[in-house]
Amino acid sequence: MFLLLPFDSLIVNLLGISLTVLFTLLLVFIIVPAIFGVSFGIRKLYMKTLLKIFAWATLRMERGAKEKNHQLYKPYTNGIIAKDPTSLEEEIKEIRRSGSSKALDNTPEFELSDIFYFCRKGMETIMDDEVTKRFSAEELESWNLLSRTNYNFQYISLRLTVLWGLGVLIRYCFLLPLRIALAFTGISLLVVGTTVVGYLPNGRFKEFMSKHVHLMCYRICVRALTAIITYHDRENRPRNGGICVANHTSPIDVIILASDGYYAMVGQVHGGLMGVIQRAMVKACPHVWFERSEVKDRHLVKRLISGVKGTCINNTSVMMFKKGSFEIGATVYPVAIKYDPQFGDAFWNSSKYGMVTYLLRMMTSWAIVCSVWYLPPMTREADEDAVQFANRVKSAIARQGGLVDLLW
Amino acid sequence: MGSRSSHAAVIPDGDSIRRETGFSQASLLRLHHRFRALDRNKKGYLSRMDLQQIGALAVNPLGDRIIESFFPDGSQRVDFPGFVRVLAHFRPVEDEDTETQDPKKPEPLNSRRNKLHYAFQLYDLDRDGKTSRHEMLQVLRLMVGVQVTEEQLENIADRTVQEADEDGDGAVSFVEFTKSLEKMDVEQKMSIRILK
Repeated sequence: MFLLLPFDSLIVNLLGISLTVLFTLLLVFIIVPAIFGVSFGIRKLYMKTLLKIFAWATLRMERGAKEKNHQLYKPYTNGIIAKDPTSLEEEIKEIRRSGSSKALDNTPEFELSDIFYFCRKGMETIMDDEVTKRFSAEELESWNLLSRTNYNFQYISLRLTVLWGLGVLIRYCFLLPLRIALAFTGISLLVVGTTVVGYLPNGRFKEFMSKHVHLMCYRICVRALTAIITYHDRENRPRNGGICVANHTSPIDVIILASDGYYAMVGQVHGGLMGVIQRAMVKACPHVWFERSEVKDRHLVKRLISGVKGTCINNTSVMMFKKGSFEIGATVYPVAIKYDPQFGDAFWNSSKYGMVTYLLRMMTSWAIVCSVWYLPPMTREADEDAVQFANRVKSAIARQGGLVDLLW
Repeated sequence: MGSRSSHAAVIPDGDSIRRETGFSQASLLRLHHRFRALDRNKKGYLSRMDLQQIGALAVNPLGDRIIESFFPDGSQRVDFPGFVRVLAHFRPVEDEDTETQDPKKPEPLNSRRNKLHYAFQLYDLDRDGKTSRHEMLQVLRLMVGVQVTEEQLENIADRTVQEADEDGDGAVSFVEFTKSLEKMDVEQKMSIRILK
């Protein structure tokens, strides 16, 4: 006991110094760039390093498998089925063109057998659609050192186990506390910042401050998740007075979109931590939060959107495919978000995990890598009704992003 | 996290499914993986919503009908054997199927007759074994779309039913359907080849 006393102060000093160093690093490399929207490229470097390690890990597993004369089971392959080149859209146009040749040819071509084509195409998509295809050309079918995604347990050698253990150590003891600290900073800054901005008098300055507070905090949150986002076609970014419609795969979608643009949001009221954040955000910018039961009332949604449109003429609204949004005559900016499952699975199984568990899972993965495609804006045409317009937007997003989560 | 062992080779009732559907072990493995990928909540079965989430299926005019075909007799869930049973209709016809035609064994799911029957089901909404003019009209509306007037749709429906209808009951039965398509290469049009 007494022997420890002289070392106590030493240990305390060391702890103090390391904490200070850590926080300075945090500030310089993560928070300051987040405030100004600049990036050092650290995350991209991180991603490249990880890919190299994964490739090596897969090679080891293949070697192990070969020794036992088995085949490795690879989930993401070139596709399950052989497809023919004509697309569904072309065929539909063919049939409709021949169907609408009115006065000239009075016998539009329709045969009982036309059904075969659609039938087969439909079945093809059930067996294999873009989602099971590879995300990018240079991605390997590799194991990402997370036990959640391993299909080939029996081929792991000692070296791999050590590597995996190292991975666990890094993820849980280094990355996780770092991310939690960042998330904490981000959220508290958001709550404090928006409350402060809320006290400002309404005007241009308030708008300006609100926009930057929001953007800054979302960027910090994005870094808290180590989300590596690639934006495509940024010239199609939603503009003032438009409605942004996106496919919704996980709660993180909101953070990803909002870190690249200033949106007024329409969404469901949540309890707990989310509720606190929502209430704070409302003070700075007129977001609209409503109860889930009210969504069934189309007219309420319509009024809400008109309300949002009316007051926030400088903002665009993020909706998750509510029917009402297609009835207003606004320009719709479709956005497709697609996640790369190799670094971390962003799917939220809401029946199995609560929000906090889900976030922890996200934060203990390597990274969240996703692509955001800004599709060209669409407006409702004169002869379309709301449902057809909605379907058109839906199919445009589906083509780009794969799975479409329907919420009505 | 944890040791959720999703070891691919363990498909429940794998052997009986293989015998019933004729899929190879490798194909079954891939389909099983596909089944698990579609089953987003890891329930062990698929519901209509799981299939409705396939973007490319949502834009197919017959999307809803195809989804319905997985849920016969009003059930709300389809397990893996049921899933594969429907997909088996689209297995290409290989020589070995026609050679080992044991008269006592039931017809393979991918026979010409069964392929036709699957397509016929898509027309026959109420599953009464006949496609009435009314049902034909509904399918036509889905496939041909809004640019055609209602009157034209009715004409087309009438003509199609008349051409195929032999006993004059105003509806197309399965036998009449089969007969009107006897020259068509159904086997090729209703086949999906699974890559090795």
